[in-house]
Amino acid sequence: MELFAQQVLNGLVTGSVYSLVALGLTLIYGTMHVPNFAHGHLYMLGAYLTYTLVTRAGLNYWAAMAVSVAALAVLGAALERLVFRPLRHAPHLNAMIAALGVMLFLEAVAQKIWGEEFRHVDSPHTGVVSVFGMMVTEHRLILAGAAAALMVGLLLFLTRTVAGSAIRATAQNPEGALLVGIDTNRVAMATFAMSAALAAVAGSLIAPISLVYPSMGTMITLKAFAIVVVGGMGSVPGALAGGYLLALAESLGGTYISATYQDLVAFVVLAVVFTFRPSGLFKEAA
Amino acid sequence: MSSLKRFAPGVALAAGAGLPLLVPNEYYLQILTQGYVFAILACGLNVIVGFAGQLSLAHAGFFGIGAYTVALLATKAGVAFWLGLPAGIIVTAAFGHAIGSICLRSKGHYFSIFTLAVGLIIHIVIQKWESLTHGHVGVIGIPGPGSIGPIQFDSSIARSYLALAFLALTLVATARLLRSPVGRTLMAVRESEPLAAAVGLDVMAAKRLAFTVSAALAGLAGGLYAGFIGFLGPESSNVEVTFNSLLYVMVGGMGSLSGPVAGTFIVYGLSQVLQVLQEYQMVIFGLGLVLLILFMPTGLAGLIRSWSIRGRRS
Repeated sequence: MELFAQQVLNGLVTGSVYSLVALGLTLIYGTMHVPNFAHGHLYMLGAYLTYTLVTRAGLNYWAAMAVSVAALAVLGAALERLVFRPLRHAPHLNAMIAALGVMLFLEAVAQKIWGEEFRHVDSPHTGVVSVFGMMVTEHRLILAGAAAALMVGLLLFLTRTVAGSAIRATAQNPEGALLVGIDTNRVAMATFAMSAALAAVAGSLIAPISLVYPSMGTMITLKAFAIVVVGGMGSVPGALAGGYLLALAESLGGTYISATYQDLVAFVVLAVVFTFRPSGLFKEAA
Repeated sequence: MSSLKRFAPGVALAAGAGLPLLVPNEYYLQILTQGYVFAILACGLNVIVGFAGQLSLAHAGFFGIGAYTVALLATKAGVAFWLGLPAGIIVTAAFGHAIGSICLRSKGHYFSIFTLAVGLIIHIVIQKWESLTHGHVGVIGIPGPGSIGPIQFDSSIARSYLALAFLALTLVATARLLRSPVGRTLMAVRESEPLAAAVGLDVMAAKRLAFTVSAALAGLAGGLYAGFIGFLGPESSNVEVTFNSLLYVMVGGMGSLSGPVAGTFIVYGLSQVLQVLQEYQMVIFGLGLVLLILFMPTGLAGLIRSWSIRGRRS
């Protein structure tokens, strides 16, 4: 029972990271209809920036994260403007290939700058707390709390503010949004920036728990796709719930079924969903 | 242009036949042979991506299945290369058919995401199924093509001609496929799938055939790779193999017959010959892919086509 509870807790911690990443992916898919294969690599880059700022520039962990998030937001906006906007009216194949190119590029650049070695960031919060009799490091608790707060904040932003409504309107119907005076180009750019920033938050939060390495993005991209496919491409609540569900399935499956194939869970889920529902579990939602 | 077109295959064949004799040393000869093998893979990918307009990202997996079938049949069951290779192609085609039947029901982005996941599943299984594939250690001592009757394939030059022969066969096969009614259906699907279905074409059957052929060619390339190199590790099925071939296809021109071959030779050749490119290979590849899709989405083939059209007008 204690093992079970521990695994659930682990699942919730990993799940908050998955949800943040999937959220960014689903936002871009919803507004721009681009499956951003490079999304996990933005997460990787965010983790590396935080790592560098903490270990090389001696910045405080949270300050480093703030800088990293800001930098990734700029990068995200630049990607939209320079790569994806010119391809908006090209065949859908082209934007996908461009995303793959961005992905290869970012990974290779990270490898050039930081090398193949696994890096580690120290968290300022190293204490251990007991939750319902289980021992958890402070950092994991803070991670789960911060991620949850961010998600709630984002949901409120999307549903309660004019800017958020503009994003949702663009996702539902770009022409209609344009007609009522929404600058869809700006919305697309802002969405990309937000999505990259979310990836950077996730990457920076996970860096002290797991390791940082150039190919860490590939796996999470695929997992995020699995989540988004299960939750509905473009659906925000679907991505949030799906992230936690996948992480729970992984940590429980890894404990009780097979640890060797733990990483397969996401892909098998994805394959099973697509096998029986070729366009995902839900219809594309805004 | 028409006369050029008529003579082009002959010229290309002559160039291909002469190339192994011009290569300065053993090392470059092996690179040339590898180039032919990867060109077969690129041609295979082109069938589903270029002809049918379906971005499959599972092809490294098929390459791996073909390679491992040949390697394991040879090392575990003592099956000769010349029996193992057809077996590898058949096994890969069977996987391709089964996977295609399922994946192709998903369309557009969903298809790409689905196949990316399938490719990764194949890669992870190859990597982790240690009792079968020896995991990270890989398979060593895979026997090469040996000989057929009096023809020996032990020398590098003979192997390079063998690979060239298979590449030529691949080109003939893909050309016939493209000009067949199925090929026309595929092009219709590429331009507009709903329209193709609306005029009564059997879209699914054509796409499935393209996917199977495409996988079988990847299996052929994988089998040749295993036999020529003699060693096989799980990285042969890494998704990077798919991305590299996609770049070859893009550089040469999606949907053109010989474009992928030209693309492979330019990109793979340069990356092997130029040291700078080797060091910054993926940086340049990634950037190249983005720039190509932005500014030259039809690749070399498209460039040549637009030149010839301009030439005719003036």
